[in-house]
Amino acid sequence: MLKKILSKSTHVFSFFLLVLGFWAICLNLSNYYVPKLLSYGIFLSLILAFLSYSASSGTVFYCFKRIIEAFITIFVIATCTFMLLRLMPGGPFDEEKALPPKIKAKIEAKYGLDKPLAVQYFDYLKKAAVFDLGTSYKYIGRSVGEMILQNFSVSFTLGFYAFLLSFLIGIPTGLFAASKHNTFWDNFAMTLSISGVALPNFLVGSVLIVVFAYQLDWFPSALWDSSLHYVLPVVTLGIRPAAFIARLTRSTVLDVIKSDFIRTAKAKGLSPLAILYKHVLKNSMIPVLTYSGPLLAGILSGSFVIEILFAVPGIGKDLVQSVTNRDYPLILGLTLLYSVLLVISNLLVDFLYSFFDPRIRLGV
Amino acid sequence: MNHLKKSSSLWQDSLKRLKKNNASVISFYFIVFICLIAIFAPLLSPFAFDKQHIDFILSSPNQNGFLFGTDSLGRDLLSRIIYGSRMSMAVGIITALISMLVGTVYGGVSGWIGGRVDAFMMRVVDILISIPSLVLLILVKVVFDSVSLFEDPELKALTGMLLALSVVGWVTLARIVRGQVLQVKSLTYIEASKALGIPSYLILLKHILPNILGPIIVLLTFQIPSNILTESFLSFIGLGLQPPYSSWGVLAADGWRSMRHYPHLIIFPSIALGVTMLAFNLFGDGLRDALDPKS
Repeated sequence: MLKKILSKSTHVFSFFLLVLGFWAICLNLSNYYVPKLLSYGIFLSLILAFLSYSASSGTVFYCFKRIIEAFITIFVIATCTFMLLRLMPGGPFDEEKALPPKIKAKIEAKYGLDKPLAVQYFDYLKKAAVFDLGTSYKYIGRSVGEMILQNFSVSFTLGFYAFLLSFLIGIPTGLFAASKHNTFWDNFAMTLSISGVALPNFLVGSVLIVVFAYQLDWFPSALWDSSLHYVLPVVTLGIRPAAFIARLTRSTVLDVIKSDFIRTAKAKGLSPLAILYKHVLKNSMIPVLTYSGPLLAGILSGSFVIEILFAVPGIGKDLVQSVTNRDYPLILGLTLLYSVLLVISNLLVDFLYSFFDPRIRLGV
Repeated sequence: MNHLKKSSSLWQDSLKRLKKNNASVISFYFIVFICLIAIFAPLLSPFAFDKQHIDFILSSPNQNGFLFGTDSLGRDLLSRIIYGSRMSMAVGIITALISMLVGTVYGGVSGWIGGRVDAFMMRVVDILISIPSLVLLILVKVVFDSVSLFEDPELKALTGMLLALSVVGWVTLARIVRGQVLQVKSLTYIEASKALGIPSYLILLKHILPNILGPIIVLLTFQIPSNILTESFLSFIGLGLQPPYSSWGVLAADGWRSMRHYPHLIIFPSIALGVTMLAFNLFGDGLRDALDPKS
């Protein structure tokens, strides 16, 4: 009895902590152009989501554990990146024409770079905890949070479409190849997909530009203005994951087809299509899901090559340029963004596992 | 006794299966061919990789005696591709070997010891995986570029790249090796050798390692092309090898800038890169099917 009450009270306690955490996050996010209403919406929907999850016992505790783990991971990543950055030779204000030492010292003092490393580190942590990522060193006067929000929306759109595209192409292709196992079409699809995995995306992008922009003149080759501009970058970004998902789907489907419940389904006279969609597909989604967690984070956080090739004003470009510029706050902010994305998408994937395969239960 | 078939080991069986797969066999010979080119590059290439022919800048293929033409500084493209294979293959193979070694030892120890040590070691891996690999690559590369480990000028130019790719690469390997070790560890023959009092390191070396070697080799063959790809990507964005050294990525990046007017500059390096990537992937596929007949 006591045990039951104790476990209940931990649930309630953890739930309140969660609520408090998200409250704080939403309030702070609202400093950066996120409308107040939206943040309350996120907050409310989160509460609803957790309430519905808490119906099955143990899940809230599991979520709580995962979120605490996520915070620890993000903290360690922030620390590692901070330290690695300071190991790098050269600083943000080393320019080709060296600044007079007095001026340089003044600039460094303005950004707090003259303090001891430990002090800088704790200052940084304190600010990051309330989502203040500081101001960029190179883009003077612009706050990192503002820059991220501005460019991230472009990368997010691009990545999201590419993610959808890779699923829309990859899964049907994999299913098709598996259903025609060991025929010409299977080999054909697999050869295509192996080239999709093997070829570097800057080559694929260049070929697409030459063929569809220069020769055929169907799509614009660069910029990010209308929906026509989206086509080539989205396709280039989506080809590799699509090919990978196709191969993954095919091999899992071939595995699943051999299992007993498929034989049962055939024996009871289900049509091949019904077997394929109701039994095979749902059971072969687990490896694809595992792959899609890191994929989602990677693809949303922008791809440098695509953004350079197609002159897309996204966040991947900022990442590389900030490292070469030694723009410490920007690098740290973008790294944190990526880690948060990764943690969230992995969490999502874990929740989806139990949807596709009810045998997998959360927290067990 | 003559009617009994000679027994063949698991490895011999796998080799037989591999030989039946035409695509893999062809890919294998192609890889050997590229490796030979890379090793004997100084003998094979008509010119040195940084030799400039000022009078024949940007000549088209098969003109003025340059089979693949020349680039904007008048360097023979064929020679640069041949020398590029040296750099690209060196990056691919050396980093794959380093990351395999580190990953196998780390994953093996983690899986074998288990418990809290395992949990801690895997948490470290989780964290390394969640740092964006591009940031990690660039940071490690910049930090170690100033360190000089090698005397050889070509390897010296590669130091940062080799270390960066290894740092990023060993993590996934460690994870998979750990999973394999955990699987094999629970089998009865391991229990039997424990009961016989065989020391742990011998069990690891003599019983576990041979049984997980197949997946490790397959991973290795996939790690090589992915490293070559990452190197070419880094060179493409200008953070890789610095001129005058050439790798396929450097050449493709050079060619891309003048893609419209001098297409030969991007076509030839792309073919070299693309075909090699395909060969490695096809060979890895065949190897996986041969070593693991179940899948």
